[in-house]
Amino acid sequence: MNLLQIAWRNILQRGFASGLTMLSMALGVALVVLVLSIGWVITESFRRNSGVGYNMIVGAKGGALQLTLNTAFYLSKPIEVISYDEYLEYLPGNQRQEEIQKIGGRIAEPDRRGKYSLYMGGGFAIPVCLGDYFGRFRVVGTKPEFFDLLEYGEASSKYSFAEGRNFEDYNEENGYFESVLGSLVAAEMNVKVGDTIKTTHGDPEGKGHGEGFKVVGILDPTGTPTDRATFINLEGFYKMDGHQRAFEDKLHPDELKEDVKRGEKWASQPERLQLEKRDVIAVLVRPGQGVFAMQMQKEINKRPGVQAVSPLEQIGMLLGMVIEPIKYTLLVLTSVVCCVSAVSILVSIYNSMNDRKRDIAVMRALGARRDSVVTIILAESVLIAVGGGILGWVVGHGAGALMSGFVETQTGVKIGFLTITDVEWALVPGLMLLAILAGIIPAFVAYRTDVSESLVS
Amino acid sequence: MLKLTEVKKSFRMPDRTQLPVLHVPEFSIAEGEQTVLIGESGGGKTTLLNCIAGIMAPDEGDIFIDGIDMTSHSEVGRDRIRASKIGYVFQTFNLLAGFTALENVRLGMTFAAGKHDINRAKDLLDRVGLGDRLSHKPAALSVGQQQRVAVARALANRPKLLLADEPTANIDPGNQQKIIDLIRQCCRDEKVSILMVTHSMQVAEQFDRVEKLEGINLVASGHSSDARSS
Repeated sequence: MNLLQIAWRNILQRGFASGLTMLSMALGVALVVLVLSIGWVITESFRRNSGVGYNMIVGAKGGALQLTLNTAFYLSKPIEVISYDEYLEYLPGNQRQEEIQKIGGRIAEPDRRGKYSLYMGGGFAIPVCLGDYFGRFRVVGTKPEFFDLLEYGEASSKYSFAEGRNFEDYNEENGYFESVLGSLVAAEMNVKVGDTIKTTHGDPEGKGHGEGFKVVGILDPTGTPTDRATFINLEGFYKMDGHQRAFEDKLHPDELKEDVKRGEKWASQPERLQLEKRDVIAVLVRPGQGVFAMQMQKEINKRPGVQAVSPLEQIGMLLGMVIEPIKYTLLVLTSVVCCVSAVSILVSIYNSMNDRKRDIAVMRALGARRDSVVTIILAESVLIAVGGGILGWVVGHGAGALMSGFVETQTGVKIGFLTITDVEWALVPGLMLLAILAGIIPAFVAYRTDVSESLVS
Repeated sequence: MLKLTEVKKSFRMPDRTQLPVLHVPEFSIAEGEQTVLIGESGGGKTTLLNCIAGIMAPDEGDIFIDGIDMTSHSEVGRDRIRASKIGYVFQTFNLLAGFTALENVRLGMTFAAGKHDINRAKDLLDRVGLGDRLSHKPAALSVGQQQRVAVARALANRPKLLLADEPTANIDPGNQQKIIDLIRQCCRDEKVSILMVTHSMQVAEQFDRVEKLEGINLVASGHSSDARSS
């Protein structure tokens, strides 16, 4: 027999008390593991999705973080809009001109002439409109380039379709009313390619739009917020009721009446919403050369009412300023639970010391050194803590695995039973240290045990 | 095998005075010799055994076991010598309740370097008649069987000296002689010297030699017949 086996025997002898102590440690560790897992899911969700495929989000001045959250992650409420003209400023001269001619209408500041297009050689800009829902999922009005040009994740993967194809700018069959669904949307809403979906305005319970969008494609799962979004053609988005810039304060009542009539008419016509009536929530921008991003951002931010934010920077700030402190606060709280469990180990072993003095004296009489009995007591403490820790780890990860489906739906991050966070590797040495600290007092009692006195008693 | 010279031990009293409890001017046991120690209760018999075992350090004097001076060693050294040279059988058996008979015997081997021979432990239990009780815990054994396990445990490390502190005091009269016979026979087989404390003259007279503690002094030395007559 070795000292560890003797310690284990002692634990078994006090099976019920040891079991309860182990259970309290297990609960503490399970909580730590759950907090770490949740923290990991949140961090991983943001980290993975920080590879959004563009350097900048250009939107209305206001909360930079909110702009990032609702544009890149489809979270939070959309902020103010910016004019479609802002998007045109990123297009090279001829492309800008073609776009203006294709859409029709006037631009507010014709002399800007594609102010930022100089930086864009090889890059792209994609307009995005938000505000509608399909079920509980966000609807994103955008251009087909969203899926042609954007890449996602750390590996810069291209979007691919599990079924169907990308939506088109316009075609004879569906006009502007085509849509593409993220994988989770299609699964949860039970929608197939060829079905027609109708969105609601403002929130999931909002007023329904009359226009239906034909589903032409379902994306492969990406593990990004894209899985949770419904994408519709920007032109179709504009054709839905309430998605045009408010005219009331700009037009004479007679003109307004006329305009509404025209609006009702053009909804079913190939005619596009005129430039002066178009807004966008944001423009996703990737300059041709990354080195220009900073310079470009500075210039954009000089423009009144418009801001350019770096999603990467905002995500980093969010993680650093909000999520990490919350995670560490929870970690500290759950670690306190572990410390309380360690105290219960101390109490459990310490209370047993009176009954065990004779056993210790016997071992000493058989030749055990003082440090041997100290080692046995500390080993008991460590075994209870580590045993409880392993149980807690299994319970924590089991709970995580059970919640896996829900977490994936909410965050796009899959959490498996063996998804181990970095900090967890410190659990075993941490628990051992805690157990040794908890075992010191009982071990000291064992060390001080008077052999002859205890044998007589 | 065992030699004591001018061994003195006293205990410190609550009023800080020293209470002498033991004085052994000269005492020795030869290899394989089986000796009994008799004396009044509280006369220092257990203290003498504890000093010989190195559990207590005497205030003065020398204790040699198998040529090794116990008193010149630190506590750790005495622990090591005790583990390898001395077997101890207690009045109350002192088996560990959570351990099986075999584990209790192996426990004796745990603290002696390089003596983890499970077959020896099984063989010893077989010799004390408990070969079929290896996995029984003390609570499942009779008191006689428990003391047999204790004897096997004391012999596990092939000691040179077996110290037995009233090993039959808690055993029913019908089994007392069996335990004494067992201890003596096993020690004879293993060539182990015995120093046994007893109150029973019936037990004492079976041994080669009887030593007597009078007051705090070890005074008598001779054969069992001498002790009986005194």
